Amino acid sequence: MIYFLLIVMLLAIIFCAARGLLGPTASDRIVALDNLTTITTAGLVLLGFVFQRFIYIDVSLIYGVLSFIGVLTLARYMEGGL
Amino acid sequence: MVLTVIGYILVTIGVLFLFLGALGIFRMPDVFTRMQAGTKATTLGALGTIIGVGFLQPEWIWKTLIIAVFIAISNPISSHALARGSHKIGIKPYLKEGGVDTYAEVDEGVKEA
Repeated sequence: MIYFLLIVMLLAIIFCAARGLLGPTASDRIVALDNLTTITTAGLVLLGFVFQRFIYIDVSLIYGVLSFIGVLTLARYMEGGL
Repeated sequence: MVLTVIGYILVTIGVLFLFLGALGIFRMPDVFTRMQAGTKATTLGALGTIIGVGFLQPEWIWKTLIIAVFIAISNPISSHALARGSHKIGIKPYLKEGGVDTYAEVDEGVKEA
């Protein structure tokens, strides 16, 4: 059951990465990157349940904070305000 | 037992919405429609998955709730910054017949005044 869900999540990552590779403009790629980081945050929590390791939850929390700051920095840089 | 069933249902809904958000990212015709499909569906998907894992492992519920609240705050902020930036560097929204870009009109008014 849980492995089927992980395969569906892998399909989602493949679609987002395809948009990040194909995207015509820079903001398309940044939107795809934003969604990839959100999917990865949820996927780390799910992997922590699969492996029964509590440390994955902490890694997911720090990953969420750092990816939020990264996407915000990229958006400001694209706008020209940095 | 009841908690396990609720947790599996929540995780399934969450992963399904993550997949639908990624499909919207791939299929939509424009930056803003992509952002709309991706951000809303992905926020719901991540919330469902993370709180579902908190139901499956009841001793992890506090930290998963912290991650869920942080995602619910941070995801709209980053998407708002992205939408504002991409409108400011001159990307036109995808409009059908009779569509109106109100933000551009407001921007023009600010420039003229």
